[in-house]
Amino acid sequence: MNIEDLTIIDTDVLVIGGGTAGPMAAVTVKENNPKLDVILLEKANVKRSGAISMGMDGLNNAIVPGHATPEQYVREITIANDGIVDQPALMAYAQRSFPMIEKLDAWGVHFQKDETGDYDMKKVHHLGTYVLPMPEGHNVKKILYRRLRRHRVKVENRYQATRLLKDTEGNIAGMIGVNTRTGEPIIIRAKAVIMATGAAGRIGLPHSGYLFGTYENPANSGDGHAMAYHAGADLANLECYQVNPLLKDYNGPACAYVTGPLGGFTSNAFGERFIECDYWSGQMMLEFFKELESGKGPVFLKLDHLAEETIQEIETVLHTNERPSRGRFHDGRHTNYRQQMVEMHISEIGFCSGHSASGVWVDETGATTVPGLYGAGDMASVPHNYMLGAFVYGQICGESAAAFASERGEINLDRHLIDQELVRLRAPLERQDGIPPEQMEYKVRRLVNDYLQPPKVTRRMEIGLERILAVREDLKLLKANDAHELMRAMEVHSIVDCAEMAARASLYRTESRWGLYHYRVDHPDTDEQRWFCHSRLYKDDNGNMAHGTRPVAPYIVSLGEEKDAYNQLRVKQAANA
Amino acid sequence: MPLANHHTSVPVLVDEEKCIADKGCTVCIDVCPLDVLWIDETTGKAHMKYDECWYCMPCEADCPTDAVTVNIPYLLR
Repeated sequence: MNIEDLTIIDTDVLVIGGGTAGPMAAVTVKENNPKLDVILLEKANVKRSGAISMGMDGLNNAIVPGHATPEQYVREITIANDGIVDQPALMAYAQRSFPMIEKLDAWGVHFQKDETGDYDMKKVHHLGTYVLPMPEGHNVKKILYRRLRRHRVKVENRYQATRLLKDTEGNIAGMIGVNTRTGEPIIIRAKAVIMATGAAGRIGLPHSGYLFGTYENPANSGDGHAMAYHAGADLANLECYQVNPLLKDYNGPACAYVTGPLGGFTSNAFGERFIECDYWSGQMMLEFFKELESGKGPVFLKLDHLAEETIQEIETVLHTNERPSRGRFHDGRHTNYRQQMVEMHISEIGFCSGHSASGVWVDETGATTVPGLYGAGDMASVPHNYMLGAFVYGQICGESAAAFASERGEINLDRHLIDQELVRLRAPLERQDGIPPEQMEYKVRRLVNDYLQPPKVTRRMEIGLERILAVREDLKLLKANDAHELMRAMEVHSIVDCAEMAARASLYRTESRWGLYHYRVDHPDTDEQRWFCHSRLYKDDNGNMAHGTRPVAPYIVSLGEEKDAYNQLRVKQAANA
Repeated sequence: MPLANHHTSVPVLVDEEKCIADKGCTVCIDVCPLDVLWIDETTGKAHMKYDECWYCMPCEADCPTDAVTVNIPYLLR
């Protein structure tokens, strides 16, 4: 099949990914300019796709007047990220956080309120108060879907985007992808593209060995990171991995944000608290890791000291929301919160700005370094964005893309790129003989665990990179028996790209930073002289993976005397203990 | 390179008595984020074709006849 045989679909704005940020972006474009055509492309089905397919049990980073200010929030997240943040982008989130809560509230999303009708804020972070429970948050996707229908956003389900397209001047021009059920290619020409493709959650292998037992929705295989890279966009701080404290084997969140305000906490084997604060940060994860490896490990979620009615409340929230099958997991092991602590472990690595700080670089307008290409949610670089940040940056990108598309003229597609991609998409189905996607995926993800999981050791990562590059050579052997396996094969391409990026980015930054996320045993110190900067990773003009630095934008909020707070997360022993 | 058949025990069970996929229902198939549920061509009922499950539960929650049960995958259990 050649480009001449394919119908090219035209739209003003294309949104790739229909999870959390994507629907908000699509609706925002329509709210801004109802005349613009918007297509929302989704690898699964927007009704139940993405990280919040079964809802969400709370806002982790809500800045609600009377409880916190945008300045306090920007300061805390800057400190939690060891200083390497783009404060203007964080501030844009912080200032829009509350209006977004009010918008969602008006749409029918239920947030917990106290007896006076105020938002019932809880303190989980080390310094400020930013957690807003939503025990009835299971219907968020339904509410988003209703908005998509109301604004007549065109939804294309079961399409996997595989490459972004550019015009002859280097501006974004759309995407090429494939129907995951028929294997038919699809080309969409667009004046602006918003990527909302989620985390790269399938780089590492869960300890269970089950490929799809990941923390992230496994549909989030890093396609967006790979596509942005191949389109020439900058990625930032990829060495700042996401590593999460999770229920062991189940690999879902222990939900200290739900249980913490009710008295639950992360403990060691002796039932003792060892970290001051359960908010996820690299520093917290380093203390978690040390406890895990010490004689006091492993680590547990401790609830067995709580009153019966509190446990029932926790069960109601945790077993109906976000990852509801965890109740079933506990039942299977006869684990009852009333009698047993629940074993926890650290997750495999990933890229996810929702919880850490790495991803495709975007500024405070959601713009990547490719003109006309925007990024929101877990795939873009704004740190600690969580669900509310995905909504806010979805909105910001929607506004930016609507403005960009309105001023754009004719687009001349770069045909060469399309022809190349059609060959790549066809290959796994045409091959008579080869490696099944599952086997190659297992291999590369096992290598990521063995060689890239922190603590990071230079020589080990160098060997890992060599082994990953050897798997890259095998990509041409991928064989798919049907369209479904073709989707998995194309995901393996993304996973190999992300694995190589993870290795190279980690080797580039020759210091330790972000606690466990980038703990290099042979470069143990933080080097503010040389490395107080973002790291860049991009495809250079010769098609090679290249690195550079980007200065940290001047702070708009100073850090003050709390600047070392996240380096003091371990519970202090009393002098006479 | 020759390929072997690789059997796995899958986590999602569909009660064929209750399933109405043969009457045109595709709810569980539509909502699965990993697209692992398909119609079994011999029975006309939904079944789990690929062992690629996130045990996320929309298939079970949205099934109009309560025919779907999501178990925890054996390796995690």
